[in-house]
Amino acid sequence: MSEATLQAKTSTFSAVWRNPTFLRVLLIAAVVLALEIYGRGWADPAFMSPPSGIMNAFLVKIAPEPKIIEALWFCVLQIAAAYALSVVVGVIIGLAIGATNFSRVAFFPVVLLLFAIPQVSLLPLVILMFGLGPAAKIAFGFSHGVFPIIMNVVAGMRDVKELHRRAARSMGASRADTIRHVILPHIVPSLFTGLRLGMTLTLLGVILAELYVSTGGIGYYTRLFAENYSPAPLFALIGCLALIAVLFNELVRIAERRLTPGKRRHPKLKIPVKE
Amino acid sequence: MTSERGTFGTRSVQFAFLAIAGGAWWFATETGSVSRLLLPPPASVYATLERLVQTSAFWSAVLVTLTTIAKAFSIALVVGILAGYLITRSKLAMDVIEPVISGLFTIPITLFFPMFILFFGIGSGSKVAYGATYAFFPIALNTIAAFSGLEERYLRAARSMGAGRWDTFRYILLPGAFPVLMTGLRIGFFICLASVLGGETISSVAGIGRNIALAAELMESARMFAWITFVVLSSVTLNLLVYSLETRLRSR
Repeated sequence: MSEATLQAKTSTFSAVWRNPTFLRVLLIAAVVLALEIYGRGWADPAFMSPPSGIMNAFLVKIAPEPKIIEALWFCVLQIAAAYALSVVVGVIIGLAIGATNFSRVAFFPVVLLLFAIPQVSLLPLVILMFGLGPAAKIAFGFSHGVFPIIMNVVAGMRDVKELHRRAARSMGASRADTIRHVILPHIVPSLFTGLRLGMTLTLLGVILAELYVSTGGIGYYTRLFAENYSPAPLFALIGCLALIAVLFNELVRIAERRLTPGKRRHPKLKIPVKE
Repeated sequence: MTSERGTFGTRSVQFAFLAIAGGAWWFATETGSVSRLLLPPPASVYATLERLVQTSAFWSAVLVTLTTIAKAFSIALVVGILAGYLITRSKLAMDVIEPVISGLFTIPITLFFPMFILFFGIGSGSKVAYGATYAFFPIALNTIAAFSGLEERYLRAARSMGAGRWDTFRYILLPGAFPVLMTGLRIGFFICLASVLGGETISSVAGIGRNIALAAELMESARMFAWITFVVLSSVTLNLLVYSLETRLRSR
C-alpha cells in the first residue's frame, strides 16, 4: 500500500471517528448496553429492567392491551386539541396585544405575571372544574401552551422596524395590508420559537394532568405498574409517551423548516421554560 | 423582560385589569352564579388563609417544600455547572453531548416521574431527584452557552499577555460567562420550584403541593384556594425580586 492511500485511509477513519453524529449514536448505544448489562446482572427486578425486558414488556403487556392503546391514543388526541387551541388563541391574543405600543406596554406585564404563576398549583382546581375526562387535560395543556406563543408573537411584532411600517403606509397600504404583508412575514421566525416552546409546554400540561388523574387513562396504568413493582411495563409505557412527545416536537420542527422563509435565524427570547 | 416604562395610562389599564378580575370573582360568588365548591368567595378564602398561617401544620408543610427545593436546586447547581463547564472544555465533547442534552430537554421529564417514585419512594427523596433532574437541563445548557459563547480573541489576548490558567478563568471566562450563567440559574430555580410543587401534587405525603391536592380531594375549596393564593403570591413576589436583582446586577 502506498503512503498516499494509507494516509487517505487513516484520515477517513479519523474523520468517521471524530464525526459528532456517529459519536452521539455510539454514546447512546453504550448507555443502552450498560443498562442491559446492569439490568441483567445486578439490578433488583422490582425496580429495574434491562432494555430487552422493556421491549418484551411492550410486545407482551402494552401492545396487545386495547385499553392501554386507547389511553395512549386519547393522550395523542388531547395533545393535538390542546395545541390547536393554544396556537389559535395564542396568536389572536398575541396579535391583539402587540397591535399598538399602548396595548403592549399595558398588557404584556400582565401576561408575564400570569406566566410567573406555577400552574401546577392550580392542577387540582382544573380537575375539579373540568372533571376527570379529557376536558381537564386539554384545558391544562392549553393553559401551559398558550403563554410562550403569546409572548413570542408580541416580541416578534415589537421588532418590526418602524421604517417598514411607515414605508408600507406611505405606499398606501391599509391596516389589513400592513398586517398581511409586513407584520406577519416578519413575525414568522419568532412565532415558530413560540410554537416550539408552546408544544413542549402543552405536552407537559397534558401529561401532568394525565399523571394526576389516577382513576383512568395513562395515570391509572403508571400507578398500577409502579405499585405492583413491575418496572418493565411501566418503562415501556413511559417509552411510548416519550415517543409521542418526540414525534409531536419533530412535527413542529419540520413545519418550522418548511415554512420559515430563507435561513433567517429566529431571535432568541429567553423564556423560562416552566415545569 | 420588557424594559419599557409604563405610563400613567398603561398602569391604570393594568390596575383596571386586576380590579375587574377581582371584581368578577367577588360578583360571581355573590350572585351565586358559580358553585361555591369551585369558586369560594374571596372573603372566606382570606379568612381561611389567615387561620391557616397561624397553624404550625402550615409552616411545617412550607418547610418540607422549601427544604426539598433547596436540596434539589443545590444538586442541580453543582452538577449542572460542573458538567456544563467540563463539556465546553472540548469542542468534540460539546458537538457530541450538547444536542443530546437539548434534545432530552424537549421531552417533558414529568413522564419519568413514576420512575422517580419507583426508585426513591413516595417521600421527599423522589421530589428532590425529580426537581434536580428538571433543573439540571437549563443550568447545564446555559453553562455550555455561557462558556462556549466567549470570543476566542479574548482568550488569546489573555494568554499572549501571560495569563495563567487560573487568571484566564478568573478574569476572562468567569466575567464573560456570568450573565448567561445567571439566566440559567434563574430558569433552573423556577423550574425546580414548579417541579417540586408538581411532584408533591401528583404523589407525595407532605408539602405544599400535597396539601393543595388533599384539600381538593376533600372538596374543601376555601382551603385549597388559600394554599393556591399563598403559592401564587409568594412565587410572583419571588419572581419580581429575582428580576429586580438581575437588572440591578446587569446595570452595574
